[in-house]
Amino acid sequence: MNKLGLIIAREYLTKVKNKNFIFTTLLTPLGFLIFFIVIGVIFSYEGSKTYRIALLDKSEMNIKFPDSTKKFSFIKTTEPIEQLKLKYKNGELDGILVLPKFAGVDVNAYTVYYHSDKAMDIEIESSLEKYLQDGVRNYKIQLMNLQSEQLDKLKTDIAIDPEPVSETEKDRSSYTGKIATMLGGIMGYVIFFIIFLYGASVMRSVADEKVSRIVEVIISSARPVELMLGKVIGVGLVGLTQIVIWLVLIPLIYFLGMSIAGIDTQQLQEVSQTMGQQAPVDTDELAQIIREVGAMNWWRISVLFVFYFVGGYFIYASMFAAIGAASGDDINDAQSLTIIVTIPILLAMYVMFQAIRLPDSSLAMFASLFPFFSPIVMPAMLAFDPPWWQIGLSLILLFAFSYFMIWVAARIYRTGILMYGKKASIKELGKWIWKG
Amino acid sequence: MADLLRLENVVKEYGALKAVDHVSFKVPESSIVGLLGPNGAGKTSLIRIITGITQADSGNVLLHEKDIYKIKDPSVGYMPEERGLYKKMKVGEQLIFLTRLRGLSKADAEKNVVFWMKKFQIESWWNKKVNELSKGMSQKIQFIATVSHNPKLIILDEPFSGLDPINTNLIKDEIIRLKEEGASILFSTHRMEQVEEMCEHIVLINKGRIVLNGEVNDVRNSYKENIFELTTSNNMPEEFFSEFDCNIKKERHYLIRLKQQQSTNDILSWLLHHEVNLISFNELLPTFNEIFIKTVNDTSHE
Repeated sequence: MNKLGLIIAREYLTKVKNKNFIFTTLLTPLGFLIFFIVIGVIFSYEGSKTYRIALLDKSEMNIKFPDSTKKFSFIKTTEPIEQLKLKYKNGELDGILVLPKFAGVDVNAYTVYYHSDKAMDIEIESSLEKYLQDGVRNYKIQLMNLQSEQLDKLKTDIAIDPEPVSETEKDRSSYTGKIATMLGGIMGYVIFFIIFLYGASVMRSVADEKVSRIVEVIISSARPVELMLGKVIGVGLVGLTQIVIWLVLIPLIYFLGMSIAGIDTQQLQEVSQTMGQQAPVDTDELAQIIREVGAMNWWRISVLFVFYFVGGYFIYASMFAAIGAASGDDINDAQSLTIIVTIPILLAMYVMFQAIRLPDSSLAMFASLFPFFSPIVMPAMLAFDPPWWQIGLSLILLFAFSYFMIWVAARIYRTGILMYGKKASIKELGKWIWKG
Repeated sequence: MADLLRLENVVKEYGALKAVDHVSFKVPESSIVGLLGPNGAGKTSLIRIITGITQADSGNVLLHEKDIYKIKDPSVGYMPEERGLYKKMKVGEQLIFLTRLRGLSKADAEKNVVFWMKKFQIESWWNKKVNELSKGMSQKIQFIATVSHNPKLIILDEPFSGLDPINTNLIKDEIIRLKEEGASILFSTHRMEQVEEMCEHIVLINKGRIVLNGEVNDVRNSYKENIFELTTSNNMPEEFFSEFDCNIKKERHYLIRLKQQQSTNDILSWLLHHEVNLISFNELLPTFNEIFIKTVNDTSHE
């Protein structure tokens, strides 16, 4: 095996065999599952308390409040307010809602009073608002002598179906844009995360070798650039391994969790049906979305995704490696230097969100070619079917630039790893690149 | 004897600092050469050039007549002053990795590592991680990592620092044995008694320049000042002091510096003639410690 191979193998095997790696790889999906369950529980939490609210209606609108819900029980009353306040103090009521006289159909504002010593929570406020809004609306409809069916007829659903002009273009539906945005966002996000996570791991690994001084032993028999590349590739492979394991593990844990929780597919279908009633999705629409997703050129998307991942990873991981080499004996020193890498990655992330919103803009065009951004932006743009020349140019720029970045990083690296003590300044890094 | 390593006018500058200033010397095959010098003299810079870690600005470093920076010769073994091992890696794996990195096949690497671990009786550490070992223990591992690929040239930067006397002797014996088997060893040290004991050849550098370079015995002879020490059983007659340049060190203990044209026989015959009973008589040679301090001071004040 050549030296580069040996270095990659060592980096890969020690990382993969590490207990930490095994733990995080296995537990992260489980952790996420638990996290989502907990979030679900938190959000579905409805206070168990039922609010007893006295309704003192002087409006003559005869607004209908539900008699009792899980949250409220409304008590209609004509008792004077002082009497009600006494009841409140005795703990028989949680609040008193006073509806004053309503001025008439031309009025667009209406103030009601809620008497309570406690602050009103947002949910109570919005529920009460909703009841009142509906009530006033119905009252106004009556006053104006309208039929509520007539009002319904005023609503019209609009669909804009994009049709191609040239015959060579394929027909798309109005969902294409939405699906592309979703998919693009997810892909851009995934690349961002992988690059950030494993790039930082390269940095730590380089700094570790420098601090433990092993680096001097190794570069007496291997070239510094071999050591750096070996590390970048080794950690990259560790990352890929982790992702593959997760791709297998996450669905497995998901279904396992489902069966343990006693939810069978039958129930799941029922749940989705009841949900379907709340937000009706046309079966036609669903079929259309599925057809759209299926019609995407998945081969092209996945192959290009891998290319962009590799190019982007090399650019950022070699920058991280250079920073690791420039750090002092205290690894935490390097934190201030990481800003050189964090800023372009974060910018790329924001540009990506903007680019999928405006895929035809010149910003999207520029970002999909600019090598610092293209690894994150271009995968997100793939779903919008950019022309081949744009992809080609972007890939050429990306790989030319990653080659250049590896060269730059290697120059910093080979000087940096032998400088012990304090961390280097950005000025020094520049000197190392130019003078070598 | 043929030269294994030859340095010719090697120069290395870091900005305005001349870390290595026109250094030339040779390391013959099967020899032990001591590289001496005060702190900051440029020893580590020089060693990094010899190991091919950094490139000289000018001059040649030739191993078997080939430029060492270009060939990255696996027949060099290097132990840096700042010891370093992968802390979380197991001893056995780590040694095999480092040995293979120097060009040995997996099988050969394993064989050699096992051989050395048996030799140092540390086979039981095979599955231990380095951060579980004491400093002395990891020094042994470091030494094995340096020599496990059968290098022809072994470069040791301060090999004995931090070692207890037992381990110092162990490593010392191994160095001498490796030399007898044909390897050449270049080591830097501050401990002059080790130089006297082990080295055949020394190179002393100060401020990046060679200030002394030669065979240990030649160096010592060139520094001797013709001073002799003698002890007697009865008191020295007064006349002796006018005849010879003599100082009393303590009672019946004298230091004599030979004047021009005087020889040791002159002293002995004088003593016989005056019936002084001689107990011991020997030449007082300068220690390397003295040579080191004297040379460094002389060259520092230039």
